[in-house]
Amino acid sequence: MRLRAWDLTIERGGRRVIAELSFEAPASAALIVTGPNGAGKTSLLRALAGFLPIEAGGFALDGGDGERTVGEQAHYLGHADGVKAALTVGENLAFAAAMLAGDSSRKAQLAALAALGLGHVIDFPARLLSAGQRRRVALARLLVAERPLWLLDEPTTALDAAAQTALAAIMQAHLKGGGILVAAVHAPLGLNGVQELKLGVTTEAAA
Amino acid sequence: MTPALALFLREWRIARRIGGGASVGVVFFLILVSVMPFALGPDLNLLARLGPAILWVAALLATLLGLDRLFQADHEDGSLDLLINGSLPLEVAVLIKCAAHWTTSALPLVVLSPLFGLMLAMAPLPLALVAATLAAGTPALTMIGAIGAALTVSLRRGGLLMAILVLPLTIPVLIFGVAAASAASGGGAPFLSPFLALGSLSLAAIALAPFAAAAALRQVRE
Repeated sequence: MRLRAWDLTIERGGRRVIAELSFEAPASAALIVTGPNGAGKTSLLRALAGFLPIEAGGFALDGGDGERTVGEQAHYLGHADGVKAALTVGENLAFAAAMLAGDSSRKAQLAALAALGLGHVIDFPARLLSAGQRRRVALARLLVAERPLWLLDEPTTALDAAAQTALAAIMQAHLKGGGILVAAVHAPLGLNGVQELKLGVTTEAAA
Repeated sequence: MTPALALFLREWRIARRIGGGASVGVVFFLILVSVMPFALGPDLNLLARLGPAILWVAALLATLLGLDRLFQADHEDGSLDLLINGSLPLEVAVLIKCAAHWTTSALPLVVLSPLFGLMLAMAPLPLALVAATLAAGTPALTMIGAIGAALTVSLRRGGLLMAILVLPLTIPVLIFGVAAASAASGGGAPFLSPFLALGSLSLAAIALAPFAAAAALRQVRE
């Protein structure tokens, strides 16, 4: 399985943020997207998830499920955590798991939270969590439902050193199992054998 | 747990908890209906004649009140991404969200409307008929409102714009609702034909609005 993109062009607000970008992300290797602010890292990930229209080119998940879009086979984790403050951590995860056709049992939630060092807060309302804890609840979604492609937009934001190590271990396990990982980062993730995709700021106006 | 049930339960829980806003509509409905007798004066005949219209206008505004947050909250905290790429088609997700919204905010209005109608000096039969017309008509209001909510999902203060977009579309519902509801209070107008028109408006809205709202959600967000 691999993610392949060809001649990808994305425009936002009349500005071409990604111009004719081609890349491949093979299974079992992380593709790290780097670049200065405004280089289009988030736009690229959101386009791959199906949230932004693309102007030209295309992308496909070779060896994936042909019946579903790339986004429907992907975990997308953006700047917003997607954690509902009114619900408990467990309820949040149960909903995400059911929505993503994963395992919504309490056991799966506890295992996912424990992997991120957060097992003790499962019955806490999410509004009482700190920013880093909320981020970790969002990351626990990756574990309660299995999807081959992970699209992570700055996943280490607000995480402490221990949580970053735990996240690296989770990502390593995902890659070991044949998963694909595309992550936009500013700092190294602590993974071995990564490919880097450098984006620059394009000043070219859209045609 | 199936995704549909999980989504319904989540919406229900969020609405019922602190800050969820499920009771805002009912309280607004109560306020509007209870100040009317003070504004119109103690003429019981006048109140009884205007009763169905007052209840319907109050229900229309109360339904629109909470609808602007239907998708906006999910858009702001990122969980809309989860709905779009989840295992449910977005159209079904929209329908379930509307169903949950209707049961938490419109259904209490339907149930409580006979009680509030007492303040408008309405007789038992008109009270029952108003409740029946509200039960048949409020699904259309929720579904039409969902289209407006989807169109204004990325606007910070989209509530007013949503009301402007949606209110003209709800006028037929209001006309048939009040027509059916006032049939019972005398005047010799038939009850059944406007009631059936009201029901068909609701069914059409339930069938069509999810597609419109889902298309808007996919298009409008950047």
